[in-house]
Amino acid sequence: MRTWKFGDNIDTDAIIPGRYLVYNDPLVLASHAFEGTRNDFAKGVAPGDVIIGGRNFGCGSSREHAPLALAGAGIRYVVAVSFARIFYRNAVNVGLLPLVCPEADAIPDGDECRVDVDKHLITCGERTYPIEPVPGFLLRIADAGGLIPFARNLEEVDRCTGSQQ
Amino acid sequence: MGATIVEKIFSSKCGHSVRAGEVVMAPVDGAMIHDITGPLAIQNFFEMGGKEVFDPEKIILLFDHQVPADSLAAAENHVFMREFARNQRIHNYDIREGICHQVVLEKGKAGPGEIIVGADSHTCMYGATGAFATGIGSTDMGFVLKFGALYFRVPETIRAEVSGKFQRRVGPKDLILSIAKDIGADGATYQAIEFCGETFATMPIHGRMTCCNMAIEMGAKAGLVPPDEVTYEYMHSRGRTGRVSIESDPDARYAARKKYDVTNLPPQVAIPHNVDLARDVGEVAGTRVDQVFIGSCTNGRFEDLADAAEVIGDREFDDSTRVIIIPASRDEYLKALQTGLIERFVKAGALVEAPCCGPCMGGAFGLLAPGEVSLSTSNRNFRGRQGSADASVYLCSPATAAASALYGEITDPREV
Ligand code: SF4
Repeated sequence: MRTWKFGDNIDTDAIIPGRYLVYNDPLVLASHAFEGTRNDFAKGVAPGDVIIGGRNFGCGSSREHAPLALAGAGIRYVVAVSFARIFYRNAVNVGLLPLVCPEADAIPDGDECRVDVDKHLITCGERTYPIEPVPGFLLRIADAGGLIPFARNLEEVDRCTGSQQ
Repeated sequence: MGATIVEKIFSSKCGHSVRAGEVVMAPVDGAMIHDITGPLAIQNFFEMGGKEVFDPEKIILLFDHQVPADSLAAAENHVFMREFARNQRIHNYDIREGICHQVVLEKGKAGPGEIIVGADSHTCMYGATGAFATGIGSTDMGFVLKFGALYFRVPETIRAEVSGKFQRRVGPKDLILSIAKDIGADGATYQAIEFCGETFATMPIHGRMTCCNMAIEMGAKAGLVPPDEVTYEYMHSRGRTGRVSIESDPDARYAARKKYDVTNLPPQVAIPHNVDLARDVGEVAGTRVDQVFIGSCTNGRFEDLADAAEVIGDREFDDSTRVIIIPASRDEYLKALQTGLIERFVKAGALVEAPCCGPCMGGAFGLLAPGEVSLSTSNRNFRGRQGSADASVYLCSPATAAASALYGEITDPREV
């Protein structure tokens, strides 16, 4: 399980270019992930690999095709210094776990790594890096396996029940 | 401690006071889906066990990104959505009306104090009417189609107070590019931006739309202009009567207070490959451009086209530059047609297309080859956004785009 390292402001156009948005199949999308911006990714990625991003990962369009393309490639965890809002939410909804790691910049590309969500740690090579806990309501969705399985069991929603995150 | 306009909108929808940072399951007043994100949203709706949508009247469904269908896959997506609309008794605007965000506003589907979601990041544009409007993904939209509600984390608000009068041929797009530069591409992540001050008080609705449209380029969840006479007049013209006045309390708690003055603001151009890389036009003047695009939900309205036409006059575009002009909607197209703008553009050498997103997101026509340079009035210049990842996109106002099209290079519109 290797890391794939990216920089700051990785936008959803880079993750999946606009011309592939006619497809909804995660596997098809995965075959075009990062096309044009990092061509070795789609060929080299293996299930369980981890994406490492800098600041504002996933900015730009609301296209869910972006997290779907990564999920299709077998990615489970995306670790970044910070995430763009819509990507973050979409990722949880499709069953990817976005993990905020303030020190993500220090994680090298191509390193062996292991993510331990419960212990809030990611271990790459010899080093460990702290990750921030996922907010409660999102964790409930993530634990259900994404928003679809979460919603499938709901008949009605409890509107306007406030909760502190 | 007072409340921000955003806190008030959520509080009024929820019937009790909610504050920034709280997570609520709030009802929505409207939901928009288009041909790119719609199919997935519908698929997710069914996978969630959805049978009937929460309220067909509150759903806006249309096609704008790949119209007329430019591939077999796009055509199949359209058929899928048409059937869904028919079966669910949702009005289908199909390929007829134009760009989603413009159409939502023109049809009076977003107004002051409402919560609107759209499966598109630039949904924040409806904040121009004082709505809380935000872009969501397709799975969230599937959930909304089923339940008519969604989890929201009530955002903190950045207050952007703008004063001063624009110079000639400088306007809202230049302002918002300069604000994006100041706040940064992620400077407002998870927050709302409230635009206010004398410049906004006197800004027509189309300019407010341009500014709110680009709130997302700073990571914001929403951009809003508190409703005033300009808003009500627009709402009335869209068949919506009544007034909902809602504004932040003077002692509301803001995440930040920003002040800007447009008096000496020169035209702005965002250079590749990020929206927050705005430069004064003088710094990039002379850069050769292969393609100029005037259009998109950011700057495809009649007033934008009129700004461009005013700069062009009776002149023709540079021979080595291709110019694509696309009105944002059928209404805007008609206005441009009736006032002779379309004729003027065609005479100047532009390709004027029917209302749609066009080259804005690089999914349909007007793509760029490697090494090419585009100057665009749209909202994003990410690498690969308009075609090849080795092409460059610069962003600017309609006036700057028009001036540049005349000379085939980035040109200060104040000097032509
Ligand atoms: S014009 Fe561009 S930014 Fe606006 S909705 Fe269409 S693709 Fe998105």
